[in-house]
Amino acid sequence: MNKEDIAIDVSDIVMTYRLYQEKVDSIKEYFVRMLKQKLQYKEYEALKHISFQVKKSEILGVIGLNGAGKSTLLKIVAGILKPTSGQVTVHGSMAPLIELGAGFDEQLTGRENIYLNGSLLGHSNKYMKEREESIIRFAELNEFIDVPVKNYSSGMKARLGFSIATCVNPDVLIVDEVLSVGDFKFQQKCQERMQELLNGGTTVLFVSHSLGEVEKLCTRTVWLEKGEVKMIGNTSDVLEKFRN
Amino acid sequence: MRSYIQNFLKYRHFLKELVKKDFKFKYRRSRLGVLWSLLNPLLMITVLSIVFSTLFNRHIPNYILYLLTGKLMFDFFSESTSAAMRSINGNAALIRKIYVPRYLFPISKVFLSLINLLFALIIMLAIMLFSNSEWSWSILLFPLPILYLFIFAVGVGLILSAYAVYFKDLNHLYGVMITAWMYLTPIIYPIDIIPDKFRLIIDCNPMYYYVSLFRSIVLDGTMGSWGTHFLCIGISLLTMIVGLLVFRKKQNNFILYL
Repeated sequence: MNKEDIAIDVSDIVMTYRLYQEKVDSIKEYFVRMLKQKLQYKEYEALKHISFQVKKSEILGVIGLNGAGKSTLLKIVAGILKPTSGQVTVHGSMAPLIELGAGFDEQLTGRENIYLNGSLLGHSNKYMKEREESIIRFAELNEFIDVPVKNYSSGMKARLGFSIATCVNPDVLIVDEVLSVGDFKFQQKCQERMQELLNGGTTVLFVSHSLGEVEKLCTRTVWLEKGEVKMIGNTSDVLEKFRN
Repeated sequence: MRSYIQNFLKYRHFLKELVKKDFKFKYRRSRLGVLWSLLNPLLMITVLSIVFSTLFNRHIPNYILYLLTGKLMFDFFSESTSAAMRSINGNAALIRKIYVPRYLFPISKVFLSLINLLFALIIMLAIMLFSNSEWSWSILLFPLPILYLFIFAVGVGLILSAYAVYFKDLNHLYGVMITAWMYLTPIIYPIDIIPDKFRLIIDCNPMYYYVSLFRSIVLDGTMGSWGTHFLCIGISLLTMIVGLLVFRKKQNNFILYL
């Protein structure tokens, strides 16, 4: 694979969690335990030497049972978690759609949140100003945009979150189970928007339990099992094995 | 190093939004709004000078300004570091879900306090105008001690916020510490009432140097000695570097504790 064609390069990721027997969170307790040599913990390897690459403008699906390490992997790619060892390189700007509306401040209005969220993705006020109108239109929030987000329904929040993340034309989009928000009309709109982004060359890392969606959207798929890559390849081949 | 700077530049808009947001919330739904930023130092100084002026008026000429200069500097420090300490815990929801350089949270609190300080400086200037104090060109240097203290506060804020994630007790402990620290700094009393045997405590107190540098520029109309300037710069840079290193080391595990 040519180096310039790679959008996400995951190389040899290991993630080890320490499971403390009891959580120590006061200074007194910490010292008492240090003196007694009782800072014991068990180690749990959530990811064991994961490596794969995502090509530019490819949609890579990630599937696996609960506890396979999908969420941990996404958090590492998104930069929220730092892996115990190994490295992830993302080329270009990245917008995470891990939890829609995660970056919202409930006290602020929808409009103010557009700017706050934009700045979280590294965009200036001027840049967001140009896109404000299309974001509001896509989210269908016209008369509610100046209402504090705490008064929004969960569907409204999700719509605004999706709208912001996809209106700013990211190079890489990380999607975790979010296309199932809102009514079927909005879901359809989301899928159209995803398709638009793909045609525009956006790379997507797509995590889902819905095999139907993975089949529809993804060209290649990774199958994780107990923190290891069980299989990687064409979506149809992987899904066939996975179903059995 | 270059990637750190690039990353900071990318997220500078977020820093601005954070400060803006906090400033807006502070006065939301209060009748007088931003006016409180002016009223607060004015009322505070009125109360304090009524209480203490009979005690110290004979020792210090222009006691009100002496008190105000010290109080403004120390309040900036205590307010910014206390808020910075709580900033990581306070933004836990965001940190758990989205990547953003975490050091921005404590730093944004120091900026917020800086804005308050600037409002309070307006009050200080007004009092200087009315009290016929002497003016000299050196007063234009007043941003320097504020800048030094700003850097110092960023360093202390980074250290506190990183440890407060692991040890929640720090929140309670620091409140007591900062009160003690205030009384160990010559803010309401003149420095010469300290007996020689306790002088060492004052000499080891970094806040003493920032406050006295600010006073020599604003009150005495001097530039402050080169020695004090270098000492302040040294303490500030050292503290900030230590703060950044501690924070960088600690931040990887934040998410497991938030």
